[in-house]
Formats: sequence, structure tokens, C-alpha cells
Amino acid sequence: MKQSMTLGKVTKFIGLAGFLGTVKNMFTGKLEKEDFKNFLRKVIVPLASIFLFFGLWYLGSKSLYNIEAEHRIYKALVEQGPTEAEKVRTCIASGDISCQPNTLPSPAQVWESYKMLLADHYAISADKQAFKEKTAALNVKRIANGEAPIVYTGRPSFVDQILTSLKTVFAGFLLALFIAVPIGIVIGLSKTLRSSVNWIIQIFKPVSPVVWLLLVFMIVKTLNKDSSGDSSFIISFISVGLCSMWATLVNTAMGVSSVDKDYINVAKVLKLGPVQKVFKVILPSSLPLIFTGLRITLSVAWMVLIAIELLAQSPGLGSFVWEEFQNGAVDSNSKIIVAMFVIGLIGFLLDRIMLTIQKMISFNKNDGI
Amino acid sequence: MAYLELKNIYKTYGQGETTAQVLSNINLTIKEGEFVAIVGFTGSGKTTLVNLINGLLEPTKGEVLFKGEPVVGTSHERGVIFQNYSLLPWLTVGQNIYMAVKEAFPKKIKSELHAIVADYVEMVNLTPAINKRPKELSGGMRQRVAVARALAMKPEMIIMDEPLGALDALTRGNLQDEILNILGKDKRTALLITNDVDEGIYMADRIIPLRPGPKATLGPEFKIDIERPRDKTALNDNPNFKKTRNAIIEYLMDIGNERKSDVQEEYVLPDLSPKSFVSQF
Repeated sequence: MKQSMTLGKVTKFIGLAGFLGTVKNMFTGKLEKEDFKNFLRKVIVPLASIFLFFGLWYLGSKSLYNIEAEHRIYKALVEQGPTEAEKVRTCIASGDISCQPNTLPSPAQVWESYKMLLADHYAISADKQAFKEKTAALNVKRIANGEAPIVYTGRPSFVDQILTSLKTVFAGFLLALFIAVPIGIVIGLSKTLRSSVNWIIQIFKPVSPVVWLLLVFMIVKTLNKDSSGDSSFIISFISVGLCSMWATLVNTAMGVSSVDKDYINVAKVLKLGPVQKVFKVILPSSLPLIFTGLRITLSVAWMVLIAIELLAQSPGLGSFVWEEFQNGAVDSNSKIIVAMFVIGLIGFLLDRIMLTIQKMISFNKNDGI
Repeated sequence: MAYLELKNIYKTYGQGETTAQVLSNINLTIKEGEFVAIVGFTGSGKTTLVNLINGLLEPTKGEVLFKGEPVVGTSHERGVIFQNYSLLPWLTVGQNIYMAVKEAFPKKIKSELHAIVADYVEMVNLTPAINKRPKELSGGMRQRVAVARALAMKPEMIIMDEPLGALDALTRGNLQDEILNILGKDKRTALLITNDVDEGIYMADRIIPLRPGPKATLGPEFKIDIERPRDKTALNDNPNFKKTRNAIIEYLMDIGNERKSDVQEEYVLPDLSPKSFVSQF
């Protein structure tokens, strides 16, 4: 019973409740005839769209594969003659890795790469564990002697890259939160301040993440001259924060400046002091809008993170994608597609988490979608 | 002695060409312990008048005197019940009232404040709902919370701006009784703004019609000589009630007609006949 309840919560959280509920009703016989339309809308159509998506993907990758293969054979024919061309043709047909056309991978290839990345992750974590056990005794001794412990410096697995990216995005998100919310409140409270900083917001809001990265790079590079450490993490999370904070800034300022006049009248009649008025009336009443802003901020942060990591050479999903692209191995393309799905899914989950928090704190039933 | 006094009040909104004169030459005196009702049409400037008295607005000309002192800003001595409840939706019933009580009695300790909150919640029969949020309450219950919030601050005068305007007739009747009960306990001065003549007669000692704006001004007062406590059902057969009610309604109707005949503009309708769409298809 408890298990099914938590399961229900989870499916509702990811927005699958309608689909799974209808499927469950179908099996338990609760589905009436009138529900057929419902069934069609909630089960058949989504499933059909998924099949259509994979079908189109499969067909597309197949035709791209053929174009690429024909091109190779033609090239061999022109440059090296018919015998070589025939050799290339048989090589491609045999499925030998050395001569596979490199193009959009098919769903099956992506699935294989996914399994491979996972296996790779398990291998690396086992390796890490073994390393940790091996160096445990030595590290205790080194720490006792005041020396730095030996750490694992092997290549990070795909899952490690995901965790690094999540760490960066949360650091950036927190930075955006701590900059944008207080400034937004101050701006929202004062009309003069609002009009005086409006131009900054309007001009910097549309600036591309890449430019922000370069700006942060200029500043951090100078400030960080003395330290020998790697500053790519600092650069990337600050850039993510600066890119994504604008939505929260604008929403907070708007929420604070547009508090319902009735609430302000209540504050006046109760004779609340200025601090009390801000914390007990203005802030709570603008919380829904602030959270709408934070939700946008988090999704923007996740979106720009990949581009920024890619450019800042900071470890994470972005550099994973970039390295795979530079690598150009046979399975590189399918690894990139795996990363694409992972990025999409994590972005979706982050958005859902924010939506849940937003629904929890919003006091008006009609708000918060 | 006059408890609340309005002297030659004028109130205009806007400047230059868009100036709208809402109130003009308002004179009103309320004695201590008196219950006065001001009756008027919607849009006649009733809320503006109330906001001048409670200190949310300042008059353009004239002065508002409360216990002989000019009114500057709001004060805990004048409690306000707003037309649209104005409860804070993120706080529970208890917290809404507690916030007001804490501001009104900053010296009292927490347990005393909570006791006051509990008392007033009990008084408006909302004890079972003390931990609910406004959105879980009906309109009548919300207005009761607003009543409790205003009264819990123990104001010397209570100002009600169409407090029951948005409620259905049955809830209205019940709440009228409840408000009268609570006010009767310590005989507080009260000003009621309403658009319901019956409500005014049932609750007040004196009714003053507000002639509709622009340039709204107060009409002649009508004294209600009906003994308290008043009985709603018996009231209908009371000759005094009938007489007063008819007089007030007649007066208000006359103003309404006057206003209509003031409108000289003639609207010429264009000479059009409905188009037929059938032939086009």
C-alpha cells in the first residue's frame, strides 16, 4: 500500500500519472467503454508518437548512412580506381569497424553506446575503489607526516562527468540566487532605483553565454594569477550564474513592486514597520513570482552549462561532448547522442523539482503552472 | 463632545484637466459610543470617505478630527474592516489575527497574545478553523476572520467599509448579528458604510445618505428610534421601521431620478439594418 502510494507520487511528479493510470485501469478491468476516447488520447497517441519518433530516427540514420557509404565508395573509385572501390564496398558491407561511415547513429547504436558507457563507469569505479584500498594505509601515514594524500587521477567516467556538471550548475544557480534575489527585492522596492538600473538589465539580459564566459575569464584570470589551481570550475560556475540570474532578477523586482494594494493597506492599518512590512507582507506575497523566476533560472543555467563547459575546458558533460566530437571515433557520435538524452532528462527532472517546490509555496490555487 | 469630526472635506483625484472631484463639502460628527451608517450608491465615493477617516488617504481640503486631534496616517485606535477581507493568504486564520494583535500590543508576552487571538477566534465561532488558510474558508468565514482581526486590536472606533457586501443574504444576516453582539459587549463607536438600507436600519443609530459623486456630499440624517436589541423578524412590522425605511428609500430614489434627468445628452442611433449573411453562402 505504502509502496503504491510513493509510486503514485513519483509518476505524478514526472507527469506520467494519466498514462500509467489509464494503463492500470485497462488491466484491472476498470476501463469502461466511454473511456475509450480517454484511452486513445492518453495511451495510444503517446505510444504512437514515441514509435514514430524512433521510426523516423531509424530511417533518417539509415539513409544518411547510405549517402555516406556511397560517397566513400565513389571517392575511392575516383581516387584509387575500381578495385579499391570494390574493396571499400565489401569492407563496409562486412561491418568492419575500420571503414564504417561516420554519421547520425541509429537508435540501436546509441543504446549500445549507453550500455558501454555504463560498463565503463562500473569498471572505473571498481578501479577507483581498488586504488583507494591500496593507498589507504599509505595515505594515513602521509597525513600523519603532514603530506598531501595520494588521490586517484584516472580518467573520469560518464557518470562522474554528470555529477561534475550538476555540481557546477548548482553552484551557478546558488550564485544567481544570492545575487538576483536581494538585488531584485531592493530594485522592486524603489521606483528610482528601478529606473536607474533598468538599462543594465535590458542590455545585459540578452548577452550570449559565450560572451559572459569570456568576461568572467578576463576577470578571474587576473584575480587568480597567484594560485596555481585550476580555475575552470570557478569560471564556468560564475558564468552560468551570470547568464541565468536575469530571469530571477526581473521576476523578483516585478513581484516585489506589484504587491496587491490590499495587502499594503493591511500593512498600513496594522502599522507595520518598514522591515516588518518587507518580510511579513511584501516578500511572502511575491514568493510565487520569485520561484517562477528561479525555475526559469535553473533551466537556463542547465542549458548554458553545456556550452560554457565546452568552452571553458571545465570537466563535465559539455567537455565530454566536445572531446567525443574531437575524438571522431566510430562510436563518438552515438556517445554524443547518449549525452544529449541525459542532458534532456536531467533538465526535465530539475524543472519538475522546481515546479514541485513552486506549487508547494504558492498560496493561490490558480497559480503555479 | 464630538468623537470623530469631519469638517468641510473635499477630495479630488488627479491634476489639471483630468481632475476628478470625488467628495465635496462633507461634514459629519459622530459621538462616542454611537453607531452611524452611511448609505450610498456604488461608486458614490464611499470607500474614499472611509479611507480619509482611517488615515489611508488625506483630504485635499478640510480636516478630519479624531478625539479633537487631526488624523495623520493610520492608527491602532481606529480598526478597519475592508470590503474584500484583505486577509494575507499565506498565513492561517490564527496567524493573521496574531500579526495584528502583536502590532497592537507590542509589550505583551507571547502567551498573552495567543490568548487574545484564541478569544477573538472563539468570539466569531472559528475555533475549529484556526489553523486553516483563507483559501480553505468560505466568504462568510473569511469576513469573520477580518472582523476578529479588526476587533482583536481593541480599537476605540471601528470602521466598516461594506463589510458584508460580497456575502449572500443568509450569511449577511448572521454576521450582522454577530458584529452587533461583539460591538454591544463593550459599546464601541462604529461607522458602517453600506449600500443596503435595511442593514443600515437594523444595525445603526443614525443613517446618513451619501449623495452620489462626482462631488458627493452627505444628505440629511435619519435617526433610527428602535430599541436594542432589535429583532429582525419583528422589525418588519415595526411602524417606525417602515416609516424610516420608506423615507430613506424615497430620498435615495429622488437623488437617482434627479441624476438621470441631469443627463441631457441625446444618443442618436445610427440607421442600420441587420445584414443578411444567408444569401452570401
